[in-house]
Amino acid sequence: MIDTLRLTAEEAGGLLERGEVSSSELHAAYLEAIATRDGELHAYLRVVDQPDGEGVPVAFKDLISTRGVETTAGSRILEGYVPVFDATVASRCREAGLPLLGKTNMDEFAMGSSTENSGYGPTRNPWDPERVPGGSSGGSAAAVAAGLAPWALGSDTGGSVKQPAALCGVVGLRPTYGTVSRYGIVAFASSLDQIGPLAKTVRDCARLYRIVAGRDPCDSTTVELPSPVELPDAEDLRGLRIGLPRQMLELEGIEPGVAAAVDRAVELARGLGADVGECELPRSVDYGLPCYYLIAPAEASSNLARYDGVRYGPRVADEWELDAMYERTRDAGFGDEPKRRIMLGTYALSTGYYEAYYAQAQKVRTLIRQEHEAAFERFDVLVSATSPTVAFRLGEKTANPLAMYASDLLTIPSNIAGLPGLSIPCGLADGLPVGLQLIGPQFSENTLFRAGHALERALAFDDVPTRLAR
Amino acid sequence: MAISREQVIHVAELARLALTEDEVERFTEQLGAILEAVGKVSALDLAEVEPTSHPLELMNVWRDDEPRPSLSVEDALANAPDAEGGAFRVPPRLG
Repeated sequence: MIDTLRLTAEEAGGLLERGEVSSSELHAAYLEAIATRDGELHAYLRVVDQPDGEGVPVAFKDLISTRGVETTAGSRILEGYVPVFDATVASRCREAGLPLLGKTNMDEFAMGSSTENSGYGPTRNPWDPERVPGGSSGGSAAAVAAGLAPWALGSDTGGSVKQPAALCGVVGLRPTYGTVSRYGIVAFASSLDQIGPLAKTVRDCARLYRIVAGRDPCDSTTVELPSPVELPDAEDLRGLRIGLPRQMLELEGIEPGVAAAVDRAVELARGLGADVGECELPRSVDYGLPCYYLIAPAEASSNLARYDGVRYGPRVADEWELDAMYERTRDAGFGDEPKRRIMLGTYALSTGYYEAYYAQAQKVRTLIRQEHEAAFERFDVLVSATSPTVAFRLGEKTANPLAMYASDLLTIPSNIAGLPGLSIPCGLADGLPVGLQLIGPQFSENTLFRAGHALERALAFDDVPTRLAR
Repeated sequence: MAISREQVIHVAELARLALTEDEVERFTEQLGAILEAVGKVSALDLAEVEPTSHPLELMNVWRDDEPRPSLSVEDALANAPDAEGGAFRVPPRLG
């Protein structure tokens, strides 16, 4: 009766408002979809059976602290950890009446681009279960794509909302740094982490963003939004100046099918009245990845120091000496990727290497910020592919960390500058979704929503995975 | 710029990670490759550039100096692997 594969959060809200469906019927419909399809996909780590709200249900990536509901950040080192408080984004959703559907799978500590680094097994892409959903918010993206949640929250540090949104054919927003509270979010890299919505439409993303965004006294890195969130409805792009960063267009490693889909979307944008031109982001694209893979691991080495078996999580209990307990607990609880990043970060911050690596990366960060600022003097929105490739096969990139890191080449530069980015599906390549990334200056979410919505309407992308469509 | 086995072991010690021999070998190779890729930032001449530690220019975000309720001891110990007498219990540090 309720077709969760095709229902948007806005439509679900309408059904509830008109009394056509009760909130428990709606929740039950998603639970049934989960029971039917999640055995194969493994988007969820745990599901909440009893709805605790009257609104449209929502799924949360498992690094969002939920009081009374186990929260693992995809890691075994937090297995069994049940927070005694709600993250601010969780309490804002609760206050808005959104019942929690469950906690979704993710790369451990948000470190990864495929959800294969989860300590609890990977999530599969609803478009092709032999392929990854992207990461690290792969569970949230797959849940929305497969009709297992009308909308979800994920987190984005190097592209972890935008990239899985692209690979799963859904919409994802990485907000301006500082507009969404990180209080209660299991931290990876504090100057980069942001919580962002994933949904089937740009309007749904805007709505969920509006619910969670805004200054939080519990997070001193948040600010008030300079203007209220506007739900977009314009269907043209007249007056919008779109910039195409040349280095992103010409990036080696972009699959031809992805480039073609992006080109078609740009043509469509011209047809809708946008002024399209080219711009340059040479250092951002060339040095973005190295900059990120120095700053993020450095911050992670500090943030992950708290996992020591003392206050929460499993402990290797047969150690009778404190340091041995720390070391064995951490070695047993962390997977390979957190270990790599902790060590990389520790090295980059250590005496003798700090200046050459971490301090230098912070200066590169300034260059990236300045390059983007210069581009935004001539353009309102920068457009590129979100991911160089469509969804790759499970196991394809796990042997080589650098190959996996390359998935983030296009999403990282704007993240380093703290800028918002929206990914919308813009077509298929070899039957798999391609995402279009729209980047704006700080606090330009309304512009991104406006542009994204108009393009979405014109593209009319069918976001139901072909193999699931009846 | 490769990283040596000794450096990996040293860094693991700093990070309180007890690596197995297999891990030391694997990570020495992988970290070497990653460091070589990220090390290109060292080659840039950025003497004139100010570092950015944070995307927003926020300074000294204070709250009023008023006491507020915090976590109860019970809540704080709720997830403790081992607790006793209102405190977390851990093995001693020897030597």
